[in-house]
This record gives sequence, C-alpha cells and structure tokens, in this order.
Amino acid sequence: MSDTRQGTMSDTRDGTMSDTRDGTMSDTPKIRLRGVRKSFGSKVVLDGVDLDIRAGHSMVILGGSGSGKSVTLKCVLGLIPPDSGLIEIDGRDVASLSRMEREAVNDRIGMLFQNGALFDSLPVWENVCFKLLAQGRLSRSKARDKAAEVLAQVGLAPSVGDLSPSELSGGMQKRVGLARAIAAEPDIIFFDEPTTGLDPIMGAVIDGLIVDVVKRLGATAVSITHDMASARRIGDDAAMIHKGQIIWRGGAHSLGETGNAMVDQFARGEREGPIQMELRR
Amino acid sequence: MAPAILNRILDPVAAIGRAVIGLLRGTGAIALFAAEAISHLVRPPFYGRLFLKAFIEIAWFSLPVVALTALFTGMVLALQSYTGFARFNAEGAVANVVVLSITRELGPVLAGLMVAGRIGAAFAAEIGTMRVTDQIDALSTLSTNPMKYLVAPRLLAGTLALPLLVIVADTLGVMGGWLIGTQQLGFGSGAYLKATFDFLQLWDVLSGLIKAAVFGFIITLMGCWSGYHSGGGAQGVGRATTSAVVASSILILAVDYVLTALLFSR
Repeated sequence: MSDTRQGTMSDTRDGTMSDTRDGTMSDTPKIRLRGVRKSFGSKVVLDGVDLDIRAGHSMVILGGSGSGKSVTLKCVLGLIPPDSGLIEIDGRDVASLSRMEREAVNDRIGMLFQNGALFDSLPVWENVCFKLLAQGRLSRSKARDKAAEVLAQVGLAPSVGDLSPSELSGGMQKRVGLARAIAAEPDIIFFDEPTTGLDPIMGAVIDGLIVDVVKRLGATAVSITHDMASARRIGDDAAMIHKGQIIWRGGAHSLGETGNAMVDQFARGEREGPIQMELRR
Repeated sequence: MAPAILNRILDPVAAIGRAVIGLLRGTGAIALFAAEAISHLVRPPFYGRLFLKAFIEIAWFSLPVVALTALFTGMVLALQSYTGFARFNAEGAVANVVVLSITRELGPVLAGLMVAGRIGAAFAAEIGTMRVTDQIDALSTLSTNPMKYLVAPRLLAGTLALPLLVIVADTLGVMGGWLIGTQQLGFGSGAYLKATFDFLQLWDVLSGLIKAAVFGFIITLMGCWSGYHSGGGAQGVGRATTSAVVASSILILAVDYVLTALLFSR
C-alpha cells in the first residue's frame, strides 16, 4: 500500500507542475493535502491522504461508504481537525491560520451538503442569502431580491423563496442547497454526494447545474460521490480513496478504463475484484 | 493467576476511578462550553432577533404551566400548613409560611423544573436535530459561529426570562394560598394579606429571583449542550433530550441547596 501511495504522490506532483498549460494558473494547487491522518477512537479513517486540487478545476473524489471521503472534506473545511498532516489552501497551511484568517478562508468556500442541511426554521429565501445576511452585506429587502435571482440560476421560481424547506421535494432541496452554496460567489465549492437520493434524471439536472455554476463562477470544485455517471459529468479530475488513502488519481473521463483494478471494479460496480466489502455474517 | 485476582479486586476501584474521571471531564467540557458561549455575548455580531425568539419561547409560552403549578402549590401549602399548625394553635402563621416558601424556594425551583421539562427538552431536540442533519456544520460553512448563533442568545434568554416567570409564580402562589385561606380556612382577606406582607422582606423575593436566573442559565446550558453534542439519528436526539431534562432537573435541585446555603448563611 505504501508503494501505491508513493506512486500517487509523485504522480500528483508531476501532474501539478504541468498544470500551468494555459499560463493563467500558478504552480500552487488551490488545495493541497499531505499525509492527512484522522482516527476516531481506534478506527483509522484517514491514513495519510495526499491530494492536490488544481485551481479552476473540478475534482471528484470517489470511494465507497466509510472510505473517508466525507471526513477528508470536513478536514479541509475545518469542521474536523486532522490528527496530523498538512492542509494548504492557496499555499497557506490552514492549521497555522488565526481564527480570523481561518474564517476569511472559509468565507470563500461554499458547500452543498448531502441532505441539503437547510435551516428548517427559516424560509427558503433566508436560507439562500444566509451568509450575506449574517455578514450584513445585504439588507433583508435586498436579500429577498438576491435570493430570487440565485434561485432562478438553479431553475427555481421566485415564489419558492417563501416556502419552508420542509415543503420542498428532495430535488428542490438540493437546488436550494446549491443556491445557498453559490449565493456569496465563493471560489471553492464542495459538493457532498450531490446526486445521492435523487432519481437519475434529477441527478443529471443537478449535475448540469453544478457544471454551469462552477464554470460561471470560475470556481474550484471538489465533489465526493460514488455515482459514476455523476462523476464523469461533473469532474475534470478524479481521485479514488480507499481505506483512508488516495489509491488513484487521473482524468474523470477515464473512469472505468483506468487500468487500476480497484478503480475499475468500483467504477463498474462489480462484486468480484480486489475490493472486498466487509460483510458480517 | 495472581494478577487476575488482583484485577478482580481492583475492578470496582477502577470503575469508580473511571466514573470520577468521566464526571470531571464532562464538567470541564460543559464549563468550557459555557465560557465560550458567554464570551460570544460580549463580542459582535449579536443576534437580537434570535434572542427575542428564545425569550418569547421561554417567558411567554411557559407562562401557563408555571402559573398553574404555582397556583396549586400555593393552595396545597395553605391547606397543609394549616393542618400542621392547627395542632399547636399557630394557624396565624399560614400566610407567612406560604409566602416565604413560595418566594424563597418553591417559586424558583418549581418554575425551574417546569421550564426544564419544556425548554430544556425543546432546545436539546432542536439543536440535536440540527446537529444530526448537518445544519450546525452548515452554519460554520456560512461564516456563522454556531455557538454565537445557537447557544449564546438562548443562554441569555433563559437567564433573563426565568426571573420574570418566577415573579409571576410568586404572585400566583401567594394568590393560591390566599384563595384557600379566605375561602376554606376562614381567614379574612385583609388579615391574610397583612400577615403575608408584614413579615416578607425584599431579600426573600430577590434571593428567589437570583436562584431563578441561575436555574434559567442551567436549563438553557444543559439543553444546548446536550443538543450540540447529540449522537447520530433519532435515537441520539432522543437521548440528548432526556439527558438535558434529567441533568438540568438534578442540577437545579443541587444548585438550589448550594445557593440557599450561600444566600442565607448570614
């Protein structure tokens, strides 16, 4: 396993250096993880995650349930402190930042949660403009107009703004969650299993919206998913995490034909292969 | 073999040790949680709207249950103390006993227990649900400190609302005693009220209000703490709700003793 990791690290480094092809991007990856470890009690969830995410690109992190995808994301967001390892955003070690600086970094990050995580005590429009209102960047009356504008970008009518989140269908909740994530125009957006729990058509619609907003904002996107169709649609790059380590990195288009037995098994959803599900009898 | 026997002998000691360490760790964690929440009360931004919402929830919507509890307690007190004092011809002390018991002890403690059931449970369930549905994490990603947004306004509201409720409880408790005293026990209305207020001192009422403020803080703190650290799923939220009510009820009774000892030690 350590061989695989070393291989991944050098691949990553090479890949990063050659990313300056269009001359507009710096050598520094937008997000850089090195040796990130996290355990909960005796359970090791992240076992030295190394990953570079290029600015302006869309990275998809694949992995089965319990492989450490969500924890990786939460570590980058600062919601969970890693036990050890380095996390850099724009070349700055986030562990060394003061609380204010960390808040400033988080200010530029948007996040779409798996189940939407909409505030059910607030109407949709307040959910969408929550950050802008909290920071006093908009008055309540202007926030209503802004919410209608952002809701339109995710294909929802302005009247949805007056509804409560509990009145929305799963697909609409995802769209409102997306609207909330992009309302403050962040330059990094995280998507936690954006299509989970949706029918395939709604999944494709959400993916389309994600691609559109990421392109329009010029943002760096990081999605975690185990939905292959979604991964191919929204990702430029892809990485696979297994047992707390990145075991592969490559183009999202090549998923299913990567030559890596584990990734290909996962991408094709095959029962037999190097990845054995731990089932208790 | 010897170590096995030794282990068996030491097992209870180890268990006690673990429990003590767990208790100390928990107490320390709650104290830090409270200190952080208080620190947010003096640093902007302030969420006045959320404070007002929590204040109305606690003060206004707890009014019926607190009022009824106090009224019936005053009535029962008058009846019981009359029966007791009649045995040595001291029926005249009924009004005094009612007002002192209500203002010093029963008003704050019973209002506290009632509010612990209503508000402690409601806050733990609401914040616990927010925890398990990632809404608390979502707050963090939206540049909003969850402690400042969820906990600080509720703590302040609880601390300020409970004394107001206790003023109502004191009034209705005394009214309950007066009702029974005049309607059933044969006291004159004026004489009962005179006996009530002749011996009542401002400190009797104030000490009850101080207790109420502390109980309000404890109830909201335990409700927020339990919800904030709620485990996963519906079961986790259920456990958080139960522990909020149980912990705040026990703490109210324990702290009541400590406060009584402190406030009336002179």
